[in-house]
Amino acid sequence: MREVVLAAPGDFAEWRSAARGLLANGVAPEDVSWCDSAAGASLFGEAAAPARAGAVALPRELLEIAERVICHRDPEVPARLYRIIWRAARDRLLLARATDADVDWLRKADKAIRRDVHKMHAFVRFRRLGEEAGRERFAAWFEPAHRIVRLTAPFFQRRFTGMDWVIVTPDARAIWHGETLVYGPGGTRDEVPASDVVEDQWRTYYGAIFNPARVKVDAMRAEMPKKYWKNLPEAQDIAPLLAGAEARVERMREAAVSMANPLTDKWRTRVPDELALDDNVTTLDGLAKAIDRCTRCPLYCNATQGVAGEGPEAARIMLVGEQPGDQEDLQGRPFVGPAGQVLDEALEEAGLDRTRLFLTNAVKHFKFEPRGKRRLHQNPTTGEIDICRWWLDKERALVKPDLIVTLGASALRGVTGKSASIKSMRGAAHELEGGTKLIATIHPSFLLRMPDRARAAEEREAFVADLIRARKLAA
Amino acid sequence: MSAKTILEKLAVLADAAKYDASCASSGTVKRDSTETKGIGSTEGMGICHSYAPDGRCISLLKILLTNFCIYDCRFCINRASSNVERARFSPQEVVRLTLDFYKRNYIEGLFLSSGIIRSEDYTMEQLVEVARILREEHRFAGYIHLKTIAGADSGLIALAGLYADRLSTNVELPTEEGLSSFAPEKKPETIRKTMASVRVGESEAVEAAKSRLIGKAKPPRFAPAGQSTQMIVGADAARDDDILKTASNLYSGYQLRRVYYSAYSPIPDASRDLPPVRPPLMREHRLYQADWLLRFYGFERAEIMEGATGGMLDLNIDPKLAWALQRREAFPVDINRAPRELLLRVPGLGTRAVDRIVAARRLGKLGLGDLAKLTASVKKLLPFIVTPDWRPGKLTDSADLRARFAPRAEQLALAL
Repeated sequence: MREVVLAAPGDFAEWRSAARGLLANGVAPEDVSWCDSAAGASLFGEAAAPARAGAVALPRELLEIAERVICHRDPEVPARLYRIIWRAARDRLLLARATDADVDWLRKADKAIRRDVHKMHAFVRFRRLGEEAGRERFAAWFEPAHRIVRLTAPFFQRRFTGMDWVIVTPDARAIWHGETLVYGPGGTRDEVPASDVVEDQWRTYYGAIFNPARVKVDAMRAEMPKKYWKNLPEAQDIAPLLAGAEARVERMREAAVSMANPLTDKWRTRVPDELALDDNVTTLDGLAKAIDRCTRCPLYCNATQGVAGEGPEAARIMLVGEQPGDQEDLQGRPFVGPAGQVLDEALEEAGLDRTRLFLTNAVKHFKFEPRGKRRLHQNPTTGEIDICRWWLDKERALVKPDLIVTLGASALRGVTGKSASIKSMRGAAHELEGGTKLIATIHPSFLLRMPDRARAAEEREAFVADLIRARKLAA
Repeated sequence: MSAKTILEKLAVLADAAKYDASCASSGTVKRDSTETKGIGSTEGMGICHSYAPDGRCISLLKILLTNFCIYDCRFCINRASSNVERARFSPQEVVRLTLDFYKRNYIEGLFLSSGIIRSEDYTMEQLVEVARILREEHRFAGYIHLKTIAGADSGLIALAGLYADRLSTNVELPTEEGLSSFAPEKKPETIRKTMASVRVGESEAVEAAKSRLIGKAKPPRFAPAGQSTQMIVGADAARDDDILKTASNLYSGYQLRRVYYSAYSPIPDASRDLPPVRPPLMREHRLYQADWLLRFYGFERAEIMEGATGGMLDLNIDPKLAWALQRREAFPVDINRAPRELLLRVPGLGTRAVDRIVAARRLGKLGLGDLAKLTASVKKLLPFIVTPDWRPGKLTDSADLRARFAPRAEQLALAL
């Protein structure tokens, strides 16, 4: 039987070098007994042989877990950890065997340590000692469940770099003066001041943020177990807060509804938004505001905003699409999403300058179906297109284009009021009532949806040809 | 009227802030003070530094800049017509409190909101100013959550996104009718527009990062912990279905990280037409469970509502179980063969348990004994699963399956 005496329980480096030596010498876990120096070595054990060269390769994850679990106070930990690395050296998949008893134990022990570390990050309370050479100095007393000072101190270093601090625990202490993190021996509570001026504010905050109408003591204690309370300044207020909770709620319930605050009207007075009235809209800006407020059909309920047309009032060509998509809805501008990009490229190829066109849609609000993190476009119904023609007609009346290009079937319906196939209208210029010319073509999103590349290229060519026709017609 | 002390202001302005459920400090980028030699860090995982007796985590200093408000939302303690005591912090006072608390490790950072004073823009400017002072004058690297004031200029929102980790705009009431009757000054489309400008800010920052020419260049981040919102449950007539409908619209449209559901709880000096009842905590809990099903379990709202009655979730059993009881034909599921998506639909299996099952079954068939090591409770799973050593037989379709799970009806006290 080999005997390993650990001088510093919880010290990973010491355990690791002992374990490496045993592993390299092929010493089976059942032939080793582990104890810490405080427990006293047995008289009969042989000392462990020093480590030989040629360390056994172990999964990195296992070493990371071992570095944490060695801090566990369970005296069995060094032996169990050794058994696990012994097995892991022979079974590379060991850690993945979640149902194995050793692995199950390891995961649970690791979870306990990580929880303890997390709680220490949360529940350490610094008290101010004063200031020295322009640096504020703080101290804290904390009693972790396990020997985790070395696991937690780097967190405090990263966070409180700009101040000097010491965290004292019964086992060890961590000290930071702005240069290097130093560890020292454990200490006692009375090394740290008994109060801090800011604690009154903190306790006031704690009391005020508590909602007496929803007492859930178990939920609090599950996350903030009582063992931590003695070092939390706010914990002394828990009992009185709970004792008074019921009465506070009762008072709220019983208090008769009081008269409104006499200053209400004065406070609420503000300049009312100018109302854009549908009937006397005479500018594109006014029209955009009115469209944004439209409630003529229920589509406004879920969309972000009504997206009005965009472009110069003097534009000769008006492009009409179907409806705003996801991006258009977010940004409040037509044709800024993926289909807009396709359109922009096609316009450029056709020699049309987007800034000289008026771009708009048959329907002004985005219609969609939520699906997880996305909004799926839904076609507007003819009813919705017809209701929204109210706005399209106003845009047409203001811009008075010579030529309208409809992109897709919804746009065609929006402009003509009739459902017709694009195929039947395509290739020739039509004349609308009042002499405006019309060219019907596809919607650029149609090109995005085509899986067949060759066909998509053909369709795109035809689309650009339609745009070129429009340019020539308007010239 | 004598000026209030910091302590008095803190009592008023923390009390006024407690009806906002959000306190998360997670999901932001990793950063620390090693380089700046200042104060503060965020490490992805949030930290709850304390818990109030209401069971809620205290992670941030959650306060209002002021509880004066020109709005008159009837569910709100700070509405203009309320007689609640009023106070106002200066930006410097908030900065001081935040740093004092932070240095003592009481908090992860600041969650600053405000009543609307003067105008939406003015109020937003004040909030942004606090964040600016913390970040620029004090090199503060802790967590900052700013309330975005619906209707504030998008330029101010863009600025807020540069300083804050998270932005949030509260919807408060899920339906158009609820909002127009309870919060006349709040317009749902204004709220959505504000959320949209946060979303646009986020995607622009992502685009800028992608298209940078110098690999090492660090383009400014925009609210790296994303945006969230809150809806009040039980103040108006909205059903769970309405609430979840609004939630899924918001998740899909504005990529919210979280929607918080806050059971309406009685406030001092309440408005006449509000329920002076206990907050519907169980309803709130069920909504959170349904929300999780939407975000992590691949459920659509319509599916969740299959287990509901009249648009309201079952209060006695959780929504996944309620759905499964309506969809018995989908069960039992073979633990060793079913795809991940199907395992996620088994009542009693959470995402983590499912991950562990999928990993463990690669190395050998799992029996009930193995499952006991991988999940919290096997008992709940039994009617819905098959393993080599277990078949539920008629249990899956038995008529009293619901009774196995629902809490027993309490016997009424017998009259003497």
